[in-house]
Amino acid sequence: MFYREAGDFKTSYADDSQTFPIKFDRWRYYVVLAVAFGVIPLVVNDYWASSVLVPFLIYAIAAIGLNILTGYCGQVSLGTGGFMAVGAYACYKLMTAFPDINIVFHVLGAGLITAGVGVLFGLPSLRIKGFYLAVATLAAQFFLVWLFNKVPWFYNYSASGQINAAERTVLGVPVTGPNTEAWAQYMICLVFLFAVAWVARNLTRGTVGRSWMAIRDMDIAAEIIGVNPLKAKLTAFAVSSFFVGIAGALFFSVYLGAVEVGEAFGIQKSFLVLFMIIIGGLGSIFGSLAGAAFLVLLPVFLKNLLVGGLGWATDLAAHVELMIVGALIVVFLIVEPHGLAQLWRVGKEKLRLWPFPH
Amino acid sequence: MNDMSQGYTTADGRKIGGTLMEMKNITLRFGGVVAIKDISFDIREGEIRAIIGPNGAGKSSMLNVISGFYIPTEGEVWFRGERRPQMKPYQVAQQGIARTFQNIALFKGMSTLDNIMTGRMTMMKTGMAAQALWWGRAQREEDEHREKVEKIIDFLEIQHIRKTPVGRLPYGLQKRVELGRALAAEPKLLLLDEPMAGMNVEEKEDMSRFILDVNDEFGTTIALIEHDMGVVMDLSDRVVVMDYGKKIGDGTPDEVRNNQDVIDAYLGVSHD
Repeated sequence: MFYREAGDFKTSYADDSQTFPIKFDRWRYYVVLAVAFGVIPLVVNDYWASSVLVPFLIYAIAAIGLNILTGYCGQVSLGTGGFMAVGAYACYKLMTAFPDINIVFHVLGAGLITAGVGVLFGLPSLRIKGFYLAVATLAAQFFLVWLFNKVPWFYNYSASGQINAAERTVLGVPVTGPNTEAWAQYMICLVFLFAVAWVARNLTRGTVGRSWMAIRDMDIAAEIIGVNPLKAKLTAFAVSSFFVGIAGALFFSVYLGAVEVGEAFGIQKSFLVLFMIIIGGLGSIFGSLAGAAFLVLLPVFLKNLLVGGLGWATDLAAHVELMIVGALIVVFLIVEPHGLAQLWRVGKEKLRLWPFPH
Repeated sequence: MNDMSQGYTTADGRKIGGTLMEMKNITLRFGGVVAIKDISFDIREGEIRAIIGPNGAGKSSMLNVISGFYIPTEGEVWFRGERRPQMKPYQVAQQGIARTFQNIALFKGMSTLDNIMTGRMTMMKTGMAAQALWWGRAQREEDEHREKVEKIIDFLEIQHIRKTPVGRLPYGLQKRVELGRALAAEPKLLLLDEPMAGMNVEEKEDMSRFILDVNDEFGTTIALIEHDMGVVMDLSDRVVVMDYGKKIGDGTPDEVRNNQDVIDAYLGVSHD
């Protein structure tokens, strides 16, 4: 009824291979973009930006990054927090070393540096797989956090051991530092997320993406039909870390402003982002967004419900909230192991026929 | 055996060319186990060459040597008139050798279309930056290859499952998709490891027809392993027979069928 592909004919392969082949989907996508870019910046306030929207956008970037590595290429990583830290510290060092250059380039540069580090820690993946690789990336996580704690050069010998983001502007509008307005924070993260999602989609639908998925699904067969496993795995590590590094840089500079590495980029971060892609759906860009939204929104929603709605004590609510989130994750994985993206697909299949299923 | 150095003509009138691949004194050892012992044979351009033998005879090992997955302990592999240096499997694929697997080895999470597109991996040249922007060349290349792949999809009559993830397909169709993936590489030499294992008669007939059509229409040289003797004798131009890692027969189906060693290997021989 609402959702039809009948009569939506394709006359070229380019039309057929576009991201949203169904007209209805395409229009919905344009509407979402229009609202995200045109409406939300006008109405967003500090509370929404700092507790919901900005964390969602940044985690979504990290989730897309990890999804490329784990969901598309099948290489499990527990080092996301560590790679985000690399992005944050690289961004900080670039910001202090080249204060005249636009912050956008610093963030991209931080992504590139993280990509390099990611490739380095990705090298063992050529020899080890599965759980063993997960443990190797866990080592990267602990090593990187330790490194940024122990070597004062990384935090410019500051007494507190923290790194702080000074004020930087894009097109004359401050996006980092204490004078940043909510909409500016939101916009810069949104632009980065949009670019990252778009690039990720393009990569995953082409040759590169197919080589990743081939490695994920059957690595020996992939090699025999002509996929270079070295190249496929290392490009996955590079692209994934590039995105994760951007997320780390934004997390530090735009969102938090001041960072202590163990607190902001500890092992919990790695697990949080991993949960996001598992709940959202492995091997799906939409799933990364959905998972990030779910895990960012759910605690905020529960807190409002328990403290604001039911009048519980804050500390009690905080404990109960953790239990509920944990239980929901378990329930969710039992009901739909392939994540929100799969629910969405199933829902669409149903809607195609609804209300006349025969 | 007649002299075939300059090629020959088959019973049904197809011209078979010169040597495409030659295995020279191949030996393959795994520790103390000898999988292949001093085997030599050749594969000629345009022919359908079968490798048969009882279980454990070393047929699949031989196919793995050809496709570069195993490196022979001794002996030489010659392809298109040149000795093949030691290379990785993906490099062998780039030389124009494609294969299917005994136990289907498709990419289960990907659609039929993507699986077959992956077969053209070695021919896709656009760099990663261009693909990231999906602009001009990347899109054009994708569409060009899509056109070729659609021809293969038509040829194998699998249009209706184009966008279905292959994990959901029945066995017979999966085998067909796998053949499609190998064909997509436009191979000089196509290796089929038991293409008809586990199929019913009808599916076998379909598959035989596809194999003959591939050979006929694209002129692809085919080397196949198969247990169904009826199929082997019907399809192949020449047959290599292996037993316990040794070659015990080589020739046309008729020659092989009347070879006493082959009969002994298949039926057993009394030792009194």
